[in-house]
Amino acid sequence: MTEQLAHTPGGAPNRGPREAIYELGGAESTCVLPPELDVPEVVLDEALGGVARTRALSLPHVTELEIMRHYSHLADMNFGVDSGFYPLGSCTMKYNPRVNEDACRLEGFSGVHPLQSTETVQGALELMYRLQEALAEISGLPGVTLQPAAGAHGELTALMCFRAAHTASGDPRKKVVIPDTAHGTNPASVTMCGYDTVTIPSGPDGLVDLAALKAALDTDTAAFMLTNPNTVGLFDPQILEITEAVHAVGAYAYCDGANMNAILGKTRPGDMGFDALHINLHKTFSTPHGGGGPGAGPVCVTPELAEYLPSPIVALLDDGTFVPHDPSRTIGRVRSFFGNFGVLVRAYTYVRALGGEGLTEVAEQAVLSANYLKERLKTAYDLPYDRVCMHEFVLSGGRLKREYGVRTLDVAKRLLDHGFHPPTVYFPQIVDEALMIEPTETEPLSALDAFADALIAIAHEAATHPDTLHSAPHTTPVRRLDEARAAREPILRWTAPEK
Amino acid sequence: MRYIPITCEQREAMLRAVGISEVNELFVDIPESVRLTGGLDIPSGMGEIELTSHLRALADRNRSASTLVSFMGAGCYDHHIPSVVDHVMRRPEFFTAYTPYQPEVSQGTLQAIFEYQTGICELTGMDVANASMYDGATAFVEAAFMAARVKKRTKIVVSSAIHPHWRRTLETYADAGVIEPVFVDCDGDVTSLQGIREAVVGAAAVMVASPNIFGCIENLAEIGEIVHEAGALFVVASNPVLLAVMEPPASFGADIVVGEGQSLGSAMSFGGPGLGFFACATRLVRSMPGRLVGRTVDIDGNEAYVLTLSTREQHIRREKATSNICSNHALNALAAGVYLAAVGTEGLSAIARACIAKAHYLRTRLLEVDGFSAYGDTAFGYEFAMRFNGDVATMQRTLLSRGFLAGVNLGSLDAAFDGVVLFAVTEKRTRFEIDSFVEEVASL
Ligand SMILES: Cc1ncc(COP(=O)(O)O)c(C=O)c1O
Repeated sequence: MTEQLAHTPGGAPNRGPREAIYELGGAESTCVLPPELDVPEVVLDEALGGVARTRALSLPHVTELEIMRHYSHLADMNFGVDSGFYPLGSCTMKYNPRVNEDACRLEGFSGVHPLQSTETVQGALELMYRLQEALAEISGLPGVTLQPAAGAHGELTALMCFRAAHTASGDPRKKVVIPDTAHGTNPASVTMCGYDTVTIPSGPDGLVDLAALKAALDTDTAAFMLTNPNTVGLFDPQILEITEAVHAVGAYAYCDGANMNAILGKTRPGDMGFDALHINLHKTFSTPHGGGGPGAGPVCVTPELAEYLPSPIVALLDDGTFVPHDPSRTIGRVRSFFGNFGVLVRAYTYVRALGGEGLTEVAEQAVLSANYLKERLKTAYDLPYDRVCMHEFVLSGGRLKREYGVRTLDVAKRLLDHGFHPPTVYFPQIVDEALMIEPTETEPLSALDAFADALIAIAHEAATHPDTLHSAPHTTPVRRLDEARAAREPILRWTAPEK
Repeated sequence: MRYIPITCEQREAMLRAVGISEVNELFVDIPESVRLTGGLDIPSGMGEIELTSHLRALADRNRSASTLVSFMGAGCYDHHIPSVVDHVMRRPEFFTAYTPYQPEVSQGTLQAIFEYQTGICELTGMDVANASMYDGATAFVEAAFMAARVKKRTKIVVSSAIHPHWRRTLETYADAGVIEPVFVDCDGDVTSLQGIREAVVGAAAVMVASPNIFGCIENLAEIGEIVHEAGALFVVASNPVLLAVMEPPASFGADIVVGEGQSLGSAMSFGGPGLGFFACATRLVRSMPGRLVGRTVDIDGNEAYVLTLSTREQHIRREKATSNICSNHALNALAAGVYLAAVGTEGLSAIARACIAKAHYLRTRLLEVDGFSAYGDTAFGYEFAMRFNGDVATMQRTLLSRGFLAGVNLGSLDAAFDGVVLFAVTEKRTRFEIDSFVEEVASL
């Protein structure tokens, strides 16, 4: 093995594995004291109709300091955007502004119950209404629901609207077409909505193969789902022909808006002929990813489809009051209450912080930064689609694999030693040994350069010291994991060691 | 505000490196006819001072339940959140990370989720819990889809005494034809056992909530028997705080247990984000939706955590996946884990007991004054339904003017429940507040 790199991800103290919180403290340890009872005690089993708990319950027994130490240790083993460069393609890991965090914690937002009468929640409803307006403007699609909890939920919501609209016109359809570059949630949403998925191959240029699309489209097609810019980072220049072909068979054109960051203020899915779009607020609109969520996946649609949107949406009455409103032919609810309101507050704060010009600048810088990185990396790795990219681009590690037996996985793991979070790897599946790199607009040039230097150094290292890559990472809190064992004998919860 | 660190000079250098002179050259693939040239019609950005006062003004136009005396519940509860919870949530290593696909630098998220899964298993009595769903309603729907998959049947028998939002959500999803719900009527304030017996034939699952929408505890022992005799799966929705003191659904043969987990350390936040918890029996784990964290070792033999059994999931199985869920509610699951650690076994039991005692106290006192009458007499936890003889909305408006949120008007959620008010009493309510409330009710 060659030299170990000095710094660890995020510069965090290199802390190793930690015992489970269930192993800490003693039976007597407590953190929050239970409330004093100021009303008559009840006999539990009587009150509960004879089903008081008989099974033992074993939650942690810890003090507040032990909790903070435990989670500080866990946090130190974690890598977030604040730890370092996080170019995870398709995920838009931009900086999460702190003012957003403060806004959503204002008691007038965080302490509101969703079933309070509308006159007591005018501020919350107004915020939702203003966000609907902003997303309508940004997307070019005037009907907006803020209900979906994530992108996948938005996809499904839109498909349900398509189904309802086709059914209403007496023409229920059976299938949905997607390109082979589609994110896995697209076909999974198709199945949940009761349609069959038809996957079409992309052209050699990574774009929609128009002939294949036309061949797949027929009057049984409910929709075509396209991520545009797509998942190899390209804006499909045939977009107008695509949406026209979809409409020609009476199908709907759906835009997976995971990549909206590239086109904010530059063009709008509604103008391109899309009928519906989801936006991931946790990507484009800077709301934090939370270690996997929560996000929000608002859906924007044409006026025709707006009457099918899930209930409720927020409407403004002539007298200036905001009310929850059920669209006339609503598909119904897709979840409880009003959506992930806390996430909506953050996104709204972001929109107002940046304004229209600021949002446009976001797209411009995100795209420029991606093209800059692409230029810096395109000789050290293979660039399957050599043209102007949008906010992200895909490299192939195929050459390293062929020549040195080093896989993209090894490259990704070695990046960890350099203090960077790896790009998205092995997606999209049409690119061999894919590395999908999305820098976002919030990274300084020095970070882009340091990352490029590291990836280039790793490509050289693949030739000289392939074993160092095979065994990477070397400096992280834990090393490569035995994933096969995890799946073979799943241990999915903590249990007390047998005495 | 502006969150872009690149300077003008650097921008010029970057343009040169890319071989262009103007940033718009990067957008040439966008057909000219759809390029937006006039910019977005969105007001100019604000500085932090202006922005903060704008947001504060909006927030101030809400009357926050947490600053009133609230008896509202119905799936969103005003429980106390220990300070420590938000302090952990604010660690940026947690909230600015994404899905732990790189386990070597994600042990924090992974271990926290593993510990959360353990807590949910403890509460529900089930073998496995996933890393979270969006909310209780979608967790409930996912349980129906899972049952249909496992049993290769579409019919799902569902209690009518579930939250009307959940019912509406289930009906929306059912329009796709993958599941066909059949709703069983209530027998007073609980699900009709006879109704279940009649409907269960050929069903993939029977789904009930206990406590149900009236706060009542269903006869899970008996329902479980009926369900299993018919060869269906038994799906139970539960309240995680009550589970500290209530026999867990697993003891009655539940195959899947779901619920809304907002009570465990998430703010009410106008109803989201909370989280859906989802637990099941080991034999069903490969049909489960959502992410799972498992424990394994690294190549040095250290114990470590990793996402596992992913071949169920959309990024691998695509149209054959067990669900379309990708982003989940991991941060709320983290909060739930911290919450459970902060209160501990005795603490959560004490909180549940306090809620129950206070709810029973309120109900007894309300029955002493005019206006409210019992909706039923089935045992309940810390939420109960009452009939009001008068206009519920007017009553609530009057009491609001005196600083009280007088329960949830069930009639506004479902016309079938017209005139029924649902009261929830958490550990935050004091005897003084309850007594004052009853006095106000008496004076109506
Ligand atoms: C292209 C694309 N589509 C859809 C999704 C799903 O979004 P979410 O995770 O918010 O459900 C993602 C998320 O990674 C994505 O990258």
